[in-house]
Amino acid sequence: MIKIATALSVMLIAATPFAAQATPDDDLKAFRSYFTKKFPEVPMNDFVNGVYSVDAASREQWEAFEEFPSYEIAIDNGESKFNKKFANGKSYASCFPNYKKGIKQNYPYFDTDSGKVVTLEGAINKCRTDNGEKALKWSKGEITEIGAYLASLSRGQKTNVKVPNDAKAVAAYNRGKQHFYAKRGQLNMSCADCHYYYSGSKIRADILSPALGHTTGFPVYRNKWAGMGTLHRRYGGCNKQVRAKPFKSQSDEYKALEYFHTYMSNGLKINGPSQRK
Amino acid sequence: MAKSSIKIRAKVKKGEAKVKCLISHPMETGLRKDKKSGKLIPAHFIQEVVCEHDGKTVINAQWSGTISKNPFLSFAFTGAKAGDMIKISWVDNTGKSDTTEAKMK
Repeated sequence: MIKIATALSVMLIAATPFAAQATPDDDLKAFRSYFTKKFPEVPMNDFVNGVYSVDAASREQWEAFEEFPSYEIAIDNGESKFNKKFANGKSYASCFPNYKKGIKQNYPYFDTDSGKVVTLEGAINKCRTDNGEKALKWSKGEITEIGAYLASLSRGQKTNVKVPNDAKAVAAYNRGKQHFYAKRGQLNMSCADCHYYYSGSKIRADILSPALGHTTGFPVYRNKWAGMGTLHRRYGGCNKQVRAKPFKSQSDEYKALEYFHTYMSNGLKINGPSQRK
Repeated sequence: MAKSSIKIRAKVKKGEAKVKCLISHPMETGLRKDKKSGKLIPAHFIQEVVCEHDGKTVINAQWSGTISKNPFLSFAFTGAKAGDMIKISWVDNTGKSDTTEAKMK
């Protein structure tokens, strides 16, 4: 049943005009123009603030908690953990030599040698395992603290995800794009339903954030979680909310989605870590 | 120097000090169960927060397990000027404590 449904939805998406022939840059232009037309009063770079860029009442609340944001603890912890040497004498700085100038804006990237999407969390854990350390859990805890520190150093840098002229890279990008627009779950909703078509509208008591600018603020301190989380943690939550079985953090599905999703915010400035409700 | 669990931001404007602090503390209620062992995670929360200025206590907060993890506290008091020092301390139910001083801007 599910296979038939997925096959049908893939066929339908392939039939729609934007899916097959458009290049990532065509998609990016169309994406940006859709949101700037929908929210003409929002300056382009304000989209990085998510729902707070389109709703004045919640923006006021956000500015109040931004006066002393809760993610500061994560940045401090991340900094001390980043600077702690591994047992073999090396450190994260050996894997990320340019970290001080900001590196988050370049992730995720496509590694043509391995044929895979590399996310920042993936690179952090690879650095650990390459140096004989145990990998960290993917969605919460220490990996979000290191991510928060690296994001804080990247603030102001423009998102710069590349899709090289490589068949596997384009396939990963398209897989992510299909995931974004495909309906799933018992509630039969896609990422695009909430964050593209109905962005700015209300879903019960919440206002839906526009997908443009979505990825720049991660990792995020969510008041709801009373803690930090990664982008994939949020993907899992969103999938659960439409009563779909979530994929695992750093699964191929979510990495492909992150690839497409972050590409759509190319040019927008990193503002992570951020605090959201 | 050991890192403090208390981060403070304090400003004085027209004699009124506005103090904000972010405290790192697990604030366990004692009602949560460890997912793996099924046992209760023991209560571990701040019970008292005190701020002193110029030898006087300006706020004494009595907390319980209802306060969230890594609590944020904000308060204001009069009779201060820029450059004054304040001292914020907390004591938790296990007897642990921490103190930090900061200069108000």
